[in-house]
Amino acid sequence: MGTWLAENSLLLGLALLDGLANAALVFMVAVGLNLVFGVLRIVNVAHGSLFAIGAYTAASIGLFFAAQGLPSWMGYAALVLAAVAVGAVLGPLIERLLLRRIYGHEDVLQLLVTFALFMILEDVQKLVWGVQPISQDAPLRLLGTVDIPFGEDVIPFTAYQLFVLPGIAVATLIGLAWFLRRTLTGRVIVAVTTDKEAATAMGIDAARITLLTFSFGAGLAALGGALASPTLALVPGIGAQTIVLSFAVVATAGLGQIEGAALTALLIGLGRSIAVYFAPEFEVVVPYLIMVAVLLVRPQGLFGVIETRRV
Amino acid sequence: MRRESLLAALGAIGLVACAWAVPWLKFVLTIALAKGIAVLGILLLLRAGQVSFGHSMFLALGAYTVAFLAPSENEVLLLLPAAALIATGVGLVLGLFLVRYRDIFFGMLNLAFAMVLYSLLEKLYSLTKGTDGIRVAALSFAGTEPERGTQEWIVFGIALGLAILFGLLVRSYLASPMGRALAGIKTRETRLEFMGVPARRVLLFAYVLSALMGGVGGALIAMTTRHVTPQIAYWTSSGELIFIGILGGAGSALGPFLGATAFELVRVYAAAAVAEAWQMILGAVLLLVILFAPGGVWGLLSRRWRA
Repeated sequence: MGTWLAENSLLLGLALLDGLANAALVFMVAVGLNLVFGVLRIVNVAHGSLFAIGAYTAASIGLFFAAQGLPSWMGYAALVLAAVAVGAVLGPLIERLLLRRIYGHEDVLQLLVTFALFMILEDVQKLVWGVQPISQDAPLRLLGTVDIPFGEDVIPFTAYQLFVLPGIAVATLIGLAWFLRRTLTGRVIVAVTTDKEAATAMGIDAARITLLTFSFGAGLAALGGALASPTLALVPGIGAQTIVLSFAVVATAGLGQIEGAALTALLIGLGRSIAVYFAPEFEVVVPYLIMVAVLLVRPQGLFGVIETRRV
Repeated sequence: MRRESLLAALGAIGLVACAWAVPWLKFVLTIALAKGIAVLGILLLLRAGQVSFGHSMFLALGAYTVAFLAPSENEVLLLLPAAALIATGVGLVLGLFLVRYRDIFFGMLNLAFAMVLYSLLEKLYSLTKGTDGIRVAALSFAGTEPERGTQEWIVFGIALGLAILFGLLVRSYLASPMGRALAGIKTRETRLEFMGVPARRVLLFAYVLSALMGGVGGALIAMTTRHVTPQIAYWTSSGELIFIGILGGAGSALGPFLGATAFELVRVYAAAAVAEAWQMILGAVLLLVILFAPGGVWGLLSRRWRA
């Protein structure tokens, strides 16, 4: 064991760093999905498309800024701008025009509406951005790399993936926990999640809260995509990949837990990147194996609370 | 009920007539029948209020069984039962674990298993040739190896025959006490338990039956397309099956076939008309159906009769 560790310390180090960056991105998407499910009671299949559209929009804005000759730090502004734009435009549009019509319908129908939306958005992406890979890695290059010592080896790792991604994820986690527990709007959201009818009876405008939550969740997905955009080549299909991964995170964590989602994202992100370096064939399998193993032992998810059975 | 049988008979004759009049439609219609058989399984689970977001795995199991076995044993009459057997076996093993879960957990666990299968099919290149997929070797039918045109007719005929068989099976199953208990899982599972009905066993039976039909559907797809890729196990393929179930309507065993035919025809024509946006058109059709015809095609038809 000791010699194995010494021989593979470099790979293990890389896997840890990659896993951390990976987990940060997965967390951003999964926490939005969780929030939206809590309030709307809809498993939003199109959440992954919002991630993809966020990524494409960020790349487009970034390239546009660069073409205008703006300073290169504006690349970061492009990321935030893209997330806000997607959340503020697509969020209300989808909630108002589509989802609002199907609240209270059967779960299957709600799921399928978001599946239809996913199909439509998938083609919208292809029509707007084409099928050729797009990459815009200015924000990644600007910060350069950091040399990290690992045993005798030194790993050069991009500062963007090392500091910016986990930093923003942690900030989101703390900010969200504070927002939901300490501010009036946040507590109203929690109230609607717990019991919509009772909350409405107390004079809460549930329709407004739903709109707000969905747009916010959409914005988080888009921010995840925007942050991911400098680290990967954007091709059709990234939305489909992202959504199944965040489904795995949400189901493993159990519903309604922000900190739980963060820990699970970390677990799954690390598991996946360790697989990338040591058993690349099983990279995609690992998150689901973790999920199955967890649900086998704890059917309500790692951090989920057992819901009382409907009698 | 008599109208349903009449419609089924008319539908079968219509399909044969279409396949005869427009030869290239035969391919599309065979796929539609195969998917319809798989969707019958989705229908059973929908009765219990459960959505499997991973039924593509049974399609894939059936299809890959055919692709793997065909080089050594190419007899269709043996390949079909083999595919059904493997899908049923896997369905039973997974089902024992899955029927403990409901709603989102049921859906997501199914998804997880399907994704595991998908990535194994994609990554184990030496066995499965990865995303390139496997070409299905030439098939023989009851010992004979007919030429291509006849072969297509035979597969079409088998698909139609099995569709009718499984349709009748599902209809009488749903009318039986076991089948009726499924609706109890959807509304009030606790009451079932109070009545002494083991809910998990009821769901397990439906799940295994749905796995069997998924395997048969997948095998028929492999025999029609003659080329199997991991894409058949991807989660979007499961989504398609649920899509077809809702499109056709969950009210009758005819629904899945109505839905599958409509789905495949819309897909073919949409892809021909606007190659880049066929998915968008399918999505829009799905939205229209859910918002304006929640009973699906079957619901529209039966409402007209009642009026």
